[in-house]
Amino acid sequence: MRPVIQVSAVRKTYGSTVAVDEVSFEVNDGEIFGLIGPNGAGKTTTMECIEGLRTPDRGTISVLGLDPFNDVYKLQERIGVQLQQSQLQKRIKVWEAVDLWASLYQKNAIAGERLLEQLGLIDKRNAWFMTLSGGQKQRLFIALALINNPEVVFLDELTTGLDPQSRRAIWDLVRGIRERGKTVFLTTHLMEEAERLCDRVAIIEHGRIIDIDRPENLVNRHCPERTIVLATDDRTAEERFRAIPRVEAVTCSDSQFTIRGRGDELVTAVIHCLSENRIRVTDFRTILPNLEDVFIKLTGHSIRD
Amino acid sequence: MLRGLWKLTWIELKIFLREPLGAFGTIVIPVLVFIVAGRVLGRGLAPSALAASSFISVGLPVLASVLIAVSAVLSLVTIISIYREGGILKRLRATPLRPQTILTAHVLAKLLLTAATLALMVLAGKRYYPVGVHAPLFGFTIALLISTWSILSIGFLIASIVPTARFAQPIGAFILYPMIAVSGLFAPVESLPPSLHAVARVVPLTYAVSLLEGIWKGDPWSAHMGDVAALAVVFIVCTALSAKVFRWE
Repeated sequence: MRPVIQVSAVRKTYGSTVAVDEVSFEVNDGEIFGLIGPNGAGKTTTMECIEGLRTPDRGTISVLGLDPFNDVYKLQERIGVQLQQSQLQKRIKVWEAVDLWASLYQKNAIAGERLLEQLGLIDKRNAWFMTLSGGQKQRLFIALALINNPEVVFLDELTTGLDPQSRRAIWDLVRGIRERGKTVFLTTHLMEEAERLCDRVAIIEHGRIIDIDRPENLVNRHCPERTIVLATDDRTAEERFRAIPRVEAVTCSDSQFTIRGRGDELVTAVIHCLSENRIRVTDFRTILPNLEDVFIKLTGHSIRD
Repeated sequence: MLRGLWKLTWIELKIFLREPLGAFGTIVIPVLVFIVAGRVLGRGLAPSALAASSFISVGLPVLASVLIAVSAVLSLVTIISIYREGGILKRLRATPLRPQTILTAHVLAKLLLTAATLALMVLAGKRYYPVGVHAPLFGFTIALLISTWSILSIGFLIASIVPTARFAQPIGAFILYPMIAVSGLFAPVESLPPSLHAVARVVPLTYAVSLLEGIWKGDPWSAHMGDVAALAVVFIVCTALSAKVFRWE
């Protein structure tokens, strides 16, 4: 099947600053694809080139078979967009915004009232935009991005500045978008968000894409280290742990052991060793690397620095 | 192109009237000031002198009209820059709305507000104004629409170049108010110092004032085709320039 979005060797500069360079990737139908990286890495520039809001200096982009530059109006009929740090008119009412947006598209706009209901905004339909909370504003922007029943939805830093509870609620909404068969392209600098939400992610830094894959594949590829912490009084344990294949280090303080090794099989191997030798443990936990660790490994610094 | 235009214009009007002082500041206050100024200035004059006082019969109505048009332009400049700063313009542009439609909606909203203010002024003027209103109102309305449209295009040019919303109002005022001073609104252009003649000749408002005063006094349109042409040139030049330099974000 043909990818929904194809980006090939895109470069965009602002003056002498290179915002993105040699960026290439594809987004498949029906997936949630995340572009992740720190602020200023080129996420928004890349997204806005795909949406037709900016023109790349070089490279080609195709979205739903359309050229975002030449077919921008045709494209905008078929996509939904939420922009980073966007506002609406302070005193526009929620229903007015939805009604206005619905009138802008040629094709079957979906019922605004139902959309507001699904997004939990129906009680706020007569409220002015300026009186909404951060989470409510973002939900309204999601409503506006969905009003034309788009095939691809673009979400730029959707949950930045929201409290954890609103963030989780928004994640559920985004998963709901995918379940309706739409493709979602999002950017985030929150690794937890990417890990929980995205089917595939592209890591971007200094305008270049470093790697693209499913989050778990990225973790396995770049951070195969596994750490197991357990507590036992068994004196013989340390020796037995060292004998487990792929274990690289065992440290012990008081009765707490830290076992370090590589590969997915490590945890199973340790559990197997415990049961085979009847070692009684009072605590057992695993410390697994995540996307944040992948990012540090690939770039040498934390995403927040 | 027209899809969304009326709805957007209507929403912009509603939003503007929801602002604190929105309706009061743009519509009620100018009308009140106009009536009060007319009465206060007119009180000392005998009825025969009243008709002769050209400021009361011609100057003040034209002054009021120009000030309303200018304040509409300043408000347009401010709104556009606030919308740009808040990302509202960009969000609207990420829809099938054509950029021209977004900007036209704002101009239409301002024109409608200006027209409403003037209509009220005429109605109130008929009843309370010392000399009454005998001017060709229809022609004057057309003249004012042409003038406002042209000044709005200057406003757009200003809106295209102001760096932030905070500077929009002061920069707009700094450009427009001196224009009023030399436009012949307070004193005929001929009575200004010679050095200002040339300035007056390139200031678009001069042509607007000449057109408005002429039509108010009952001149035929043919006497003012030069003014209309000048205003049209201003409109075309400013629109073309702002199309080149306008920033959406």
